[in-house]
Amino acid sequence: MKNFKWLSPTLYILFLMLPIYWLVSMSFKTTNEILGSFTLWPQEFTLSNYITIFTDPTWYNGYFNSLTYVMVNTLFSVSVALPAAYAFSRYRFLGDKHLFFWLLTNRMAPPAVFALPFFQLYSAIGLFDTPVAVALAHCLFNIPLAVWILEGFMSGVPKELDETAYVDGYGFWHFFVKIFLPTIAAGIGVVMFFCFMFSWVELLLAKTLTSVAAKPIAATMTRTASTSGYELGLLAAAGTLTIIPGAFVIWFVRNHIAKGFALGRV
Amino acid sequence: MAIELRNVTKRVGGETHIYPTDLALEQGCFNVLLGTTLSGKTTLLRLMAGLEKPSTGEVWFKGQNVTGVAVQKRNVAMVYQQFINYPNFNVYDNIASPLRVNRTAAKEIDARVRKVAELLQIAPMLQRMPAELSGGQQQRTALARALVKDAELVLLDEPLANLDYKLREEFREELPKLFLDSGATVVYATTEPAEALLLGGYTATLHQGRVTQFGPTAHIYRHPLDLISAQVFSDPPINHARIRKQGGSFYYSDSVHWDVGGYRSLADGDYVIGFRPHHIGLTPVGGTTVKVIGSVVVTEISGSESVIHARVNEDTWVSLSPGIHPLKRGDEVQLHVQVDKCFYFDAEHRLIPRQDI
Repeated sequence: MKNFKWLSPTLYILFLMLPIYWLVSMSFKTTNEILGSFTLWPQEFTLSNYITIFTDPTWYNGYFNSLTYVMVNTLFSVSVALPAAYAFSRYRFLGDKHLFFWLLTNRMAPPAVFALPFFQLYSAIGLFDTPVAVALAHCLFNIPLAVWILEGFMSGVPKELDETAYVDGYGFWHFFVKIFLPTIAAGIGVVMFFCFMFSWVELLLAKTLTSVAAKPIAATMTRTASTSGYELGLLAAAGTLTIIPGAFVIWFVRNHIAKGFALGRV
Repeated sequence: MAIELRNVTKRVGGETHIYPTDLALEQGCFNVLLGTTLSGKTTLLRLMAGLEKPSTGEVWFKGQNVTGVAVQKRNVAMVYQQFINYPNFNVYDNIASPLRVNRTAAKEIDARVRKVAELLQIAPMLQRMPAELSGGQQQRTALARALVKDAELVLLDEPLANLDYKLREEFREELPKLFLDSGATVVYATTEPAEALLLGGYTATLHQGRVTQFGPTAHIYRHPLDLISAQVFSDPPINHARIRKQGGSFYYSDSVHWDVGGYRSLADGDYVIGFRPHHIGLTPVGGTTVKVIGSVVVTEISGSESVIHARVNEDTWVSLSPGIHPLKRGDEVQLHVQVDKCFYFDAEHRLIPRQDI
């Protein structure tokens, strides 16, 4: 028994990796091979699927649009949540606890609830079909989460740190940027991760609030399947490329996020 | 007068944290704020630092009214009970930070940081991060940051409370030397009477948001103004008992009484005596003692001394006796109270000065 300790984690990892392997392997196959036979790895190795994506604007614009609104949303959410979370963690004011809880209730409704009002509102003010529209819509879900997570991290920093800095002669902003932000860097990493992930995988609002100019990659993928028949290889290549930014972000914040799960309010 | 509180009060919400207080601390020496938790020590320190504004009254520093002056503009330094350092700076940058903020020349910063690090014995750790240091070293870093500034007013809020016993002893010896050499006025908050006595200088006893007494430490210890001040400045707590003066004697009970001695001119009536735990023992010592019979509640033995809690009539008294006395609960003990060492208080708990001296 002793020598088989590796067995169950290995099986588990294989089980997890199998769909990803299948996706990646499909992306290097031709559609004929995918439909025609069962092969464990590409018999006719081809890069044409990837070449199509990188040369056809309807494909690469999808990535460009998605990354744009995801990044706008992440930056906006974090920069708005930082002062809000600081206020909640450091000051007492009338109704602070209620307001804090109310923030979280924003996440209790499914995004579909807000699709119609957002669509109508953005159409009326000319924001429809822009990356900003999606970024703003996602803020409704990401800012409350960001405030909650950051408040947890900030409350973990003793108030005496702020005061020591003031006694040492730091002004508020100087302290906030030079000492406080680095101190809660792990929290900011965790928040960016969650904002990115929500915004990157959310499909319904992103699809509803865009048509052509700002169409996100996930929407492009669903449409291609129906219009020009079965282009499974192309879809697999798009799927593979869609995984990459997420993997990259996880790699980027992996140290912070372990600390974040241990410390904060995640 | 380095720092002076003039009729200062502090209310937060509906609660009064500091009742009207006048306090003028002595310049260039240790001023100890002694009191239990929640007695207002930290609030007083924060008022002096300018981290909080008094609800009423004024704070004066070196003859200037600094009540509304921002903390950044005052030349103060503060060290907390928790080890507070900037976690993202290494030890060197931590110590250098107050100098960098006020734009001291780089060369001078380097010289001063190294000198202070040498004094506090953290020179080998300058490149480490605070999280990599032991508790004692972290507090040394915080103290170094307070020292490097050459602040005129240094506020220490129970800086040794989170350190272990050995380190505490070490620091208690070092601290006065470190800060007094710099000419700073030091305000030191503590809950431990022994610490106040060791640090010397001046002591203010605090109780529930009021300063009950202020003066040279040894004087406060020997001449408490009232029972509260005596209680604050005694560990284990001071014992007290109600007594009655009748004619030439004080009566604790019908059988326990003694000659009034120097208090002959007092009117007959009810009084309170207070006596420290080492003035009540298992064996009679010189001077005037009276014998009482009590029953043991609990005994704590600390190496060479025994702390015996005993019940005498309605009172529970604590005796600090040399030697090891393994007494059990319920044992009957004879206790000898040195009544000539007692403090005599009137019915309002104010000290009655001795009249025979």
